[in-house]
Amino acid sequence: MIELEVNGTSHRINVDPATPLLYVLRDDLDLHAAKFGCGLGQCGSCTVLVDDKPVFACITPIAALAGRMITTVEGLGTREAPGIVQQAFAEEQAAQCGYCIPGMMARAEALLRRTTSPSEAEMRAAMRPVLCRCGTHMRILRAVRRAAAMRGGGVTDAAEPVR
Amino acid sequence: MLFGRDAEQRYNRKSFLRMKVLRSGWLRWLVIVLALLLFAFLLFLVWAHRPPIAEITPPPRTAFAAAEIRRGENLARIGNCVSCHQSAHGRPFAGGYGVQSPFGTIYGTNITPDAQTGIGRWSLEAFTRSMREGVSRDGRHLYPAFPYTHYTLVSDADLRALYAYFMTRDPVRAEAPVNELPLPLKFRPFIAGWKLLFFEPDRFRRDPDQSAEWNRGAYLGEGLAHCSACHSPRNWLGAEQRSEAYNGGWSAGWYAPPLNETSPAVRAWTARRLQSYLRTGLSVHHAAAAGPMGPVTHNLARADEADVRALSSYYAWWMRDAPASNREPPLADRSETARRAHPAGAALFAGACATCHEPGATMMALGGRPALPLGSPLHERHPHDTIQIILNGLQPPVDEAGPFMPAYRDILTDRQVAQLVAYLRTRYGSGPEWPDLVEEVTEARENSAP
Repeated sequence: MIELEVNGTSHRINVDPATPLLYVLRDDLDLHAAKFGCGLGQCGSCTVLVDDKPVFACITPIAALAGRMITTVEGLGTREAPGIVQQAFAEEQAAQCGYCIPGMMARAEALLRRTTSPSEAEMRAAMRPVLCRCGTHMRILRAVRRAAAMRGGGVTDAAEPVR
Repeated sequence: MLFGRDAEQRYNRKSFLRMKVLRSGWLRWLVIVLALLLFAFLLFLVWAHRPPIAEITPPPRTAFAAAEIRRGENLARIGNCVSCHQSAHGRPFAGGYGVQSPFGTIYGTNITPDAQTGIGRWSLEAFTRSMREGVSRDGRHLYPAFPYTHYTLVSDADLRALYAYFMTRDPVRAEAPVNELPLPLKFRPFIAGWKLLFFEPDRFRRDPDQSAEWNRGAYLGEGLAHCSACHSPRNWLGAEQRSEAYNGGWSAGWYAPPLNETSPAVRAWTARRLQSYLRTGLSVHHAAAAGPMGPVTHNLARADEADVRALSSYYAWWMRDAPASNREPPLADRSETARRAHPAGAALFAGACATCHEPGATMMALGGRPALPLGSPLHERHPHDTIQIILNGLQPPVDEAGPFMPAYRDILTDRQVAQLVAYLRTRYGSGPEWPDLVEEVTEARENSAP
C-alpha cells in the first residue's frame, strides 16, 4: 500500500510499487490528461509535476513517490475555471491533435513556478524535452510567453511580443 | 590622570622590556630576515617575469591558405578545444566554460579573433608561446587548466595550422568570467613556481621501434588530444602524476576510467572497437560516451578518420594488458541476490529502468543498445559515473539520433538513487559494494545542478 498525493488529494494505492505513475493516474485514478506516448521517457507526453518539477510519469515508479506532491494538468484548473497556463494554451490555440499538450502544459507550469521571467533560451530549453509531431511549436511557445505575462512576469527577451 | 598609578607603572615596565628586546638584537634579526625574504621575493618576480609580445593588426582572412585552415580545423577537433572555450549557451570558441578544479573555477577564454576580448591581436609567436609555455600574449602566466603541459609537444606546422583556423573564425566580443580562485592563487607569478616543479617545454620524439600509426597516435594523444589530462590522477597541486599515467582521473565530477592495464572494461578495447566508439559515440561492446567524453566523440566523429584510427591504435596498445584483453569474462546477472540485498533498489529498477535496460527490452532488441554490465561504470572503483548517468541522463553524443537517456534527478531522491546504484552494483557490477552512496549522490547532485 502506497499513499500518493495527487492534485492535493491523498490516495491509498494497492498495486506493485514498481508500477509507473502514469498507469496509476490513468487506470486507478481516472486522470487521463497525461498520455502514454513512447513509454520510454523520450517523448514527454506523460509529463506531470512532482514537487514542482517536471517528470516523465511513464518511467517514474510509484515506489519513488511516497510523501511527494504530484500535480497533473487536471490539478491546474477546470473547464469552468481554467488555470493560467491552460487559459494561455486555449487562447493561443496551441493544440492541433493535442496529444503532447498536457506534457507541454506541465513543462510550462514547472518553468513558471520556478520563474515567471525566463529568457527565451531558458523557455525553449525547458520545453525541449516534450516532442510535438503536428508542428505547432510556434503556437506552443506563444502560449508559454502569454502565460508568463499573465502570471505577472514575461519572457525577458521574447522572440515575439504577446498580443 | 587617565589610567591611575598602577597602570602607568605597568606601561613603563612594558616599554622597558621592549627596549631590552631591541638591545638583545631580536628585532634586528627579524628585520634582516624580512629584508632577505623581500629580496628573494623580488628575485622570484624578476625570474617569473615574461615580457609581453607586441600586438598586431588583426590579419584578414586572406592572409591564410584554405588548406592550412582546414588542417587547423581537424586539429582543433582532435584537441577538443571547444569544450573549454565555449559556454553552455555561448558561441564556439568565445570562452566561458568553467573548469572545476580543487582550487576553484577557471574559465576558458575567448579564442576567437576579436581584437578586444579575443586573440585578434596575437601574432603567431604569441600563440605559439601560449601553447608551448603557458604564457599569455601580455606576459601573464596561464593556469595549467589550459593543458600546455601537453600542447608543448605540438609541432610548428600544426601550431601554424591551428593559428590559421582560430584567426579565421567569426570574431565574437565576449569577456570570459573572472576566475573564482582563493586570493593567493590569483597571483599569477606563483604559476611560474608550479611550472618549475611540474612542467618542462618539450617536443614530441618518435619511437623508432613502433609503427608510423602508433607514433601518429602517440603524437596526437599525448599532445593536442591531451587524453591523460582527464584519464590520469593528479597530485595535491593539480599536476598529472606521470608515474601513474592513464590510471584513471577526474573531470567535472565524472570519473575518467583507466586507459592502461588496470582498465575496468569487461570487453577488450581493440583498435577497431575504439575507432567505432570514438567515431560514433557508441561501442556496442561497451557503452555510449557519457559526460565530458560526449563532446570528445562529437568532435572526433568530425575529425580525420586516419588520425582517429591512429589514436585508437595507440590507446588499444596502452590497454593491451588489461584483464579483458586476455579473457572476456561471462557477464554477471545476479538478479536474485541483488533483489534480496536491495529490495527497494529492485523495485525502482523495475519501474524506472527495466523498460529500456532489462534484457530483451525494446531498446535493447531494436535499438542495438549494449547491455548494462558491458559499460565500465558498474565495474569502476568509484560510483560517480553510475550516479552521474542516473542523475543527469545521457545526451546523444555525436548527433541527434544517438543514444539518449532521460535524467532522473527530479524523479528520484538521493536515497532512492543510492538504493538503485547499490542494486545495480550487486546485480551486474564487479568489485566490493560502494560505501557512503547517499552522501556521494547528494554531492554529485549539488555539483551538477543545471
